[in-house]
Amino acid sequence: MVTDPAGLLPARQQMALSLGWHIVLACFGVAFPAMIFVMHRRGIVRADPVSLGLARRWSKVSAVLFAIGAVSGTVLSFEMGLLWPGLMGPFGDVLGFPFALEGLSFFVEAIFLGIYLYGWDRLPPRQHLLMLLPMATAGVVGTYCVISVNAWMNMPTGFRMVDGEVTDVDPWAVLLNSGALLQFAHMWVGAFMVVGFVVAAVYAAGMLRGRRDEHHRLGFTVPFVFATVAALLQPVIGHVLGIRLGQTQPSKLAAFELATTTEQPAPLRLGGLLIDGQPRWFVEIPQWGSFIARGSFDKPVRGLDTFPAADQPPVNITHVAFQSMIGIGSLLALGVVVFWVARWRGRDLSGNRWFLRCVVVAGPLAVLALECGWIATEVGRQPWTVWQVLRTTEAATDNPGLWWSFAGACLLYVGMTVGAGVVLRSMARRWRAGEEDLPSPYGPQRQDA
Amino acid sequence: MTLPVLAAAALFAGVLAYGLFGGADFGSGFFDLTAGGSTRGGELRTLVDHSIGPVWEANHVWLIYVLVTWWTAFPTTFAAATETLFVPFLLALVGIVLRGAAFAFRKYSGTLAQARLFGAVFAGSSLMAPFFFGTIAGAIASGRVPADGDGDLWSSWTSPTSLFGGVIAIGTCSFLAGVFLVADAERAGHRDLASGLRRRTLTVGVVTGAVVFVALVPIIHDATTLSEGLTGRAAPLILASGLTGAATLVLLARRRFPAARLTAVVAVATVLLGWGVAQYPWMLVDEVTIDQGAGADATLVAILVAVALAIVLVLPALGYLFRLTQSERWTHD
Ligand code: HDD
Ligand code: HEM
Ligand code: HEM
Repeated sequence: MVTDPAGLLPARQQMALSLGWHIVLACFGVAFPAMIFVMHRRGIVRADPVSLGLARRWSKVSAVLFAIGAVSGTVLSFEMGLLWPGLMGPFGDVLGFPFALEGLSFFVEAIFLGIYLYGWDRLPPRQHLLMLLPMATAGVVGTYCVISVNAWMNMPTGFRMVDGEVTDVDPWAVLLNSGALLQFAHMWVGAFMVVGFVVAAVYAAGMLRGRRDEHHRLGFTVPFVFATVAALLQPVIGHVLGIRLGQTQPSKLAAFELATTTEQPAPLRLGGLLIDGQPRWFVEIPQWGSFIARGSFDKPVRGLDTFPAADQPPVNITHVAFQSMIGIGSLLALGVVVFWVARWRGRDLSGNRWFLRCVVVAGPLAVLALECGWIATEVGRQPWTVWQVLRTTEAATDNPGLWWSFAGACLLYVGMTVGAGVVLRSMARRWRAGEEDLPSPYGPQRQDA
Repeated sequence: MTLPVLAAAALFAGVLAYGLFGGADFGSGFFDLTAGGSTRGGELRTLVDHSIGPVWEANHVWLIYVLVTWWTAFPTTFAAATETLFVPFLLALVGIVLRGAAFAFRKYSGTLAQARLFGAVFAGSSLMAPFFFGTIAGAIASGRVPADGDGDLWSSWTSPTSLFGGVIAIGTCSFLAGVFLVADAERAGHRDLASGLRRRTLTVGVVTGAVVFVALVPIIHDATTLSEGLTGRAAPLILASGLTGAATLVLLARRRFPAARLTAVVAVATVLLGWGVAQYPWMLVDEVTIDQGAGADATLVAILVAVALAIVLVLPALGYLFRLTQSERWTHD
């Protein structure tokens, strides 16, 4: 047994922090352009000033969010090398190609973002609106590309190991690996849930404070419709995603299901923790574990005891994260169903204070589900960085100073979070006060005024 | 040309583009920092916002292009460089993050106090990033990154070549930015602003030129492989850079701003190109050649496909963006 590299623990913490932070903003990069498009188009087609005003404000918000999204993504690019030289050295040419295409989509996204943001009142309205389309498309393509790398880490293909050397590299096989499409679909839909619920939550909070104008009604409804569709699709995609784990990553599945021993049929365990090797404090539903994990009520679920101790993932984190995601996902799906059924029966719940309070909570919950999903996926893949090919201990840097860089990263992210919060709140405050243009405070306009 | 050399050329094209576009963005931080108090500096800072606002994110993606192409086409050299040059990479990264975030925050901040804070962070970190990128270039060019990545964490990037590299990077970025900003100010009809900027850009140009001159002697001793290349194969490029740099000063002095922009770009492009040519055929100087460092052939082909796609898809869009920002409608508020 070799000792772990000095950088292992801080590298993992730092990666988790920066990915977990980036992913929230990445969701906005993926889903927000589509939402702005719908709002902006409505404004143009119906000559509706309220929609146009919302689109204009959202585009200003996106200017702030995309900027920190882009810089936090850059952090990740650096970290691939700084934290994981053992991955990038041997496998850089295996996993690099999708990243190259991802970079290409970011180019397109950044270019059209610049044109769109500064195009208000400068471009002809319809042409201006069209600038959102390349942005939205690029966001989708870019997401597919990164996710294909992550899917490849879960189900590696496109190379062969001969005497510890990587040969026969096929970058196209990595880009088009069989796991990518489904994982991408789940992520993509997840992004719409996150942005849909978060934006709807903002306007729901406004309505709770008694602001019940057309502006708030629209600002709530459009994102909520996006969130509805996404919340209904997400459990279906997630279920299909889970089914393949039985073949591809049985130890991850065992951790998800808190299965210490192989059972046929396996029960579904709700809640629970592994204490001294024994599952405790759970509610058991017979046979449903088999159905959820394997798609049939009598197939077995392999237990953790069938894997060598050195190949088992941390069980508790994986299990709790996984079940939190599922719980939140089911809750949100239920919530949107309740809303639309009530609406169909002639009751508008957006007038109901309790419902609005639920929507306000739904925003953060969607973000939480997203984070939990990633934690389950990534921690459940342990101890491998590339499934059954490269252990995380071999991937990590040996740099002993890494705790310093982790501490710095924490400071940086706290700073950016606070900065973004302060600026976004001050934008909202000025908008409420009737200032539409938000000139910069040192600008000549302000000094004249 | 072999496949690895083609891929290296594609990588270097990215370095060149980042040096020019990203460089001009970074350099605007210098003028922002030295613009004076919030009343006096307001006009210049608004100009900076206006000039780089629509383009900075696009210019920034060149960095992503460089990193990704590097780790895809030359993976082991990428891992070696990030391991040895951990510290300057990290610090350059901090600069980039702070700068991008603070720039966006400043534009929308609600009070003058906030805008000053974010502005100071933006301007300061704008100088941090090019400095550390300069030290990284210096470390690679002076042969201080061993093939297996176990170079010294500190002395690898604190040699004269690295430190002068960092200072020259700041100077060059600022000079480039100054030339662009003068032209923008003039086009927008801010005469006073333009003449102030013109004076300061001339100063920056002269100082940077002097630093380059002073740096020659230590660099020649410190980085022998590089200086052989600079005085040999790359000499015409370096000469061209010196001449166009001097021409830029003359044009600035005579208020021929659009023309100065052109010569300034040529001056910076040729000096960067000179570095590349001088360092050829090394990927990590004295350690790993381009051929030795290259990844799998299939990947090199794929990356060239990606570059071809970029030429078809990205460059026209980028051209459109730049044309818009230079147009009459976008110049005035
Ligand atoms: C808004 C966020 C969100 C919501 C509500 C859900 N998920 Fe999810 N899930 C994700 C966001 C997410 C994610 C963060 O996007 C993950 C991490 C990796 C991935 O591709 O998607 C993920 C991973 C993930 C995985 C692991 C895949 C793997 O490791 O290969 C499974 C099995 C599921 N999900 C299943 C579900 C089910 C059955 C849900 C039903 C309610 C569900 N998810 C709701
Ligand atoms: C599930 C994971 C990820 C998703 C969905 C995602 C998606 C995105 C999106 C949509 C953007 C554009 C942000 C914007 O400009 O608004 C972005 C930016 C970026 N992402 Fe991620 N990303 C993910 C993970 C990663 C990872 C793992 C890396 C690197 C290794 C990465 C690198 C980048 C970079 C470099 C940028 C900045 C590009 C720019 O300058 O605009 N991302 N990401
Ligand atoms: C964006 C959402 C993501 C989140 C929140 C996330 C979260 C995490 C977490 C928590 C870890 C640490 C696991 C552990 O040490 O137990 C990790 C590791 C890692 N992730 Fe992800 N991940 C995300 C997406 C990705 C993507 C898209 C990629 C690659 C393209 C990626 C690459 C890695 C790598 C290389 C490691 C380090 C090696 C390892 O610990 O396995 N991650 N991530």
